[in-house]
Amino acid sequence: MSLSLVVLIAVLFGTGTYLLLHRTLTRIVLGVAMLANGLNVLIIAAGARQGEPPLVGRSDTTDSVPQALVLTAIVIGFAVTAFLLALAWRSWTIDGNDAVEDDVEDRRIARADAAEVERRDVRHHEDVDL
Amino acid sequence: MNALLAVPLAVPLMGAAISIVFRTLAVQRIVSFFALAASLGAAIAIVVDVVVDDQIAVTRFGGWPAPVAITLVADRLSALLLVVAVTMVSLVLVFAIGQRAADERSPFYHPVYLVLCAGIAQAFLAGDLFNLFVAFELLLMASYVLLTLEGTDSQIRSGTTYVVLNVVESTILLTAIGLVFAATGTVSMADLPARLAELPDGVRSGLNLLLLVAFGIKAAVFPLFFWLPDAYPTAPSSVTAVFAGLLTKVGVYAMLRTETLLFPGGHSTLLLWIAGLTMVVGVLGAISHSEMKRILSFHIVSQIGYMVMGIGLGGEAAIAATVFYLLHHIPVKTSLFLVQGIIERDTGTTSFSAVGGLARRSGPLAVLFLLPALSLAGLPPFSGFLAKYGLVRAGLDLQSYVVVVAALAASLLTLVSMTKIWTGLFWGDIHPAADAARPGVLRRAPLMASATVVLVVGTLAIAAFAGPLYSYCVGAGRQLVDPSVYIEAVLGS
Repeated sequence: MSLSLVVLIAVLFGTGTYLLLHRTLTRIVLGVAMLANGLNVLIIAAGARQGEPPLVGRSDTTDSVPQALVLTAIVIGFAVTAFLLALAWRSWTIDGNDAVEDDVEDRRIARADAAEVERRDVRHHEDVDL
Repeated sequence: MNALLAVPLAVPLMGAAISIVFRTLAVQRIVSFFALAASLGAAIAIVVDVVVDDQIAVTRFGGWPAPVAITLVADRLSALLLVVAVTMVSLVLVFAIGQRAADERSPFYHPVYLVLCAGIAQAFLAGDLFNLFVAFELLLMASYVLLTLEGTDSQIRSGTTYVVLNVVESTILLTAIGLVFAATGTVSMADLPARLAELPDGVRSGLNLLLLVAFGIKAAVFPLFFWLPDAYPTAPSSVTAVFAGLLTKVGVYAMLRTETLLFPGGHSTLLLWIAGLTMVVGVLGAISHSEMKRILSFHIVSQIGYMVMGIGLGGEAAIAATVFYLLHHIPVKTSLFLVQGIIERDTGTTSFSAVGGLARRSGPLAVLFLLPALSLAGLPPFSGFLAKYGLVRAGLDLQSYVVVVAALAASLLTLVSMTKIWTGLFWGDIHPAADAARPGVLRRAPLMASATVVLVVGTLAIAAFAGPLYSYCVGAGRQLVDPSVYIEAVLGS
């Protein structure tokens, strides 16, 4: 495995992960695409033994399994990216932006909790005043 | 070649192809019915095959020799889960048709639903890691579509979290598979154990950990569970019921398979800690909520902890108890979500603030909730008690007292949160606003009601026939604990 491929894999995984941490869906889509490509390079670089093309009569041929794996992975990555783009578009038509929002129910419970703490504090202060 | 194994995978896929061409609802329903009936028939035949001959059924495609061909393998565990899964999928489809919800009427519902079924079947039967990955993608892709079928605001929001999380999971899984291939030169599960054993310890545990993280996200174990209670409650009830019953359990199955076959180490302290924390954190999340669907979603997380506990304990007794736990948990969880769906159909919500006094309105519905709820909490004489008893017993035998205490505490807290649903929805005053819709009257939704009744009776039957079922699970445990049985069956001796 050559060093340049290793660096390429590292850069693709790193950028992909960084982009995934954003809230904007378009960036997430780009991140997913980068991760998928980094992964494909990884499998080819790590799994494939260098050899001759697999023709009749050759003895030391390349292992074709990693290529089959990567081919399947590319198709799956393509489908997932397309679906994510559709989600981003739908999100944009609904509320005009494609940022992922907080869960409403979670926020409600967090608010209820905060209100509860506040009430308890107030009661505590009243007790002290008396 | 045993063509039977290909049926639960191929027939639903063919059904999906047909029903995406013919988009009339009636045609789609008939196609789905026949495809699922064929799958169920094949699944039962596989169980009979596996039990009667006491062997592992193997299919090699294209007549290639063992490690090269794509293989489908059914041992006792796979066969059992296959039957349970196809039964659940079929019953929930009946429920969904009875529900008359918008999503079932979408021209894409039936094809996607069949793809989901094929993906689950393939995951249970996959004989190599890459095939398992493809199965995961198949069922994930279908689940993405089902989760966001209506395209509403909340569905898109939680759907995005779900999709991105699962994409990350797939990436980690594929990375692990790529590295496994790089280290050993094979992805066949029968070929891997011997080759993995030759690797240095560091490489081995690194690969094991990567696979565990990937399957852990899928199974929603602590600390990788947070996507689940976020995503599941927004889907339509019938969809959530299938997801809750089956999708996380596919992750558990994959974990069980890798930990027993690929990395057979027996007792794992790491997994026991994860199991204990999953149980307790999941159930605490459930107690803090006051909406039935969310409480049930957190309970999925909590229950996964018990299955991971069995895997972590290792040994024949614990693995057998885990298999029985899977058998008990899938129908019980699904039926609770179906009951939730019946309530939601009339009221539009199952929040405690908007519904109440259902027991007064509909006694049978209250019974339908109570039976699986008590079973989930693990009270005798229900199936949950037997499953938990098996696990706790195995834990005591292996002197893992901490996880046993966690299991018992989580069990008690489960009962508390089930009581919370009971007092919130079934007891108390009849809520005037929700009552106008006359919620929970079973007569008005015969298909939904009958699907739920069949499922609840099924869970009772698991308790009633626990003897023969448990000895089947012990057989499954024996096959899992001794990897050489699997290897010999696939590779041939």
